[in-house]
Amino acid sequence: MRVLVLAVVAATGAAAAAEIAPGDRRSGYDFAGPESRAMQDDDTANPGMLGVLQGETLWATKAGASGRSCADCHGDARSMKGVAVRYPAFEPALAQPLDLEGRINWCRREHQGAPPFAGESEDLVALTAFVAYQSRGLPIAVQENAELQPFLDLGKELFHRRQGQLNLSCSQCHDDNWGKRLAGAVIPQADPTGYPVYRLEWQSLGSLQRRLRNCMIGVRAEPYEYGAPEAVALELYLMERAYGMPLETPAVRP
Amino acid sequence: MARVLINLPARAKRGEIIEIKTLIAHPMETGYRLGPTGAAIPRDIINRFLCTYNGEEVFRAALFPAIAANPFITFFTVATESGEIVFSWTDDHGETQTEVRQITVE
Repeated sequence: MRVLVLAVVAATGAAAAAEIAPGDRRSGYDFAGPESRAMQDDDTANPGMLGVLQGETLWATKAGASGRSCADCHGDARSMKGVAVRYPAFEPALAQPLDLEGRINWCRREHQGAPPFAGESEDLVALTAFVAYQSRGLPIAVQENAELQPFLDLGKELFHRRQGQLNLSCSQCHDDNWGKRLAGAVIPQADPTGYPVYRLEWQSLGSLQRRLRNCMIGVRAEPYEYGAPEAVALELYLMERAYGMPLETPAVRP
Repeated sequence: MARVLINLPARAKRGEIIEIKTLIAHPMETGYRLGPTGAAIPRDIINRFLCTYNGEEVFRAALFPAIAANPFITFFTVATESGEIVFSWTDDHGETQTEVRQITVE
């Protein structure tokens, strides 16, 4: 009898370790409480919209040696529709992928001649939120190509790599145990559907990298620096993992 | 100027109860937190919110350090006549931000 029980446990354990089936994919929105969902659904109650408003101002603000704003080249921000769902994307000049924050800072340096925003600064997050907001409702569609593949593989490897003093991988919580509770909080599937996200715990908008750092500190690992290649690779894998899910920026999460 | 989002109906029937939602960007620094050097970060909160409808006070709130950043205040009033609804937030520095919205009552 004991052998049989062990066998059953082993079998369910093995089944749970597989990747989440596409039909079971659920956004963090579905795991959030009704109050958080109500905040996200109402644009005048969603505090993330304050960041979007700030980003709208920055979009039209001239910066750097070129004396140009984002709008001077890109025109109306509606031209950014469908951009955020493709990021992180490969930048040939750097031979590595850039996430949306990285792309904005790249654009500032290369095309505006302005100093890049500091990592996770309010302005960078706000402008990213404004750009991503243009793609709200569109399905996540990171590109798959030979150039991105090594970074995607790295991201996948990092997602499954045990790390930190708690010796946990991302996958052990977010693939194997989603829907269960970690203390009082429900473990979501780690789909980056609403970044930059307004997190009530932060009382501010924050990027996906900030969220990743939170999780890494949680397992007592050394977090990646903002813009580190590993962080971008992990973002890339997470976006690829969430392929087809609609973007919710700016989402509200507990 | 802090960024503000205000949601109220542009038109209402006389006597109708309307919901007003306000959201303002503010750090609401409690004064209890310590900065990187160990020194206390000085308190900086919005401590007063006031709403007047054609000059008459219809809603007032006192805010305290336990209120989260970007305070969201929602309340109801009765649409009595067309005119101006004025919102003002006052912070610890004594600075007041005022926003005005029009309402048409028919």
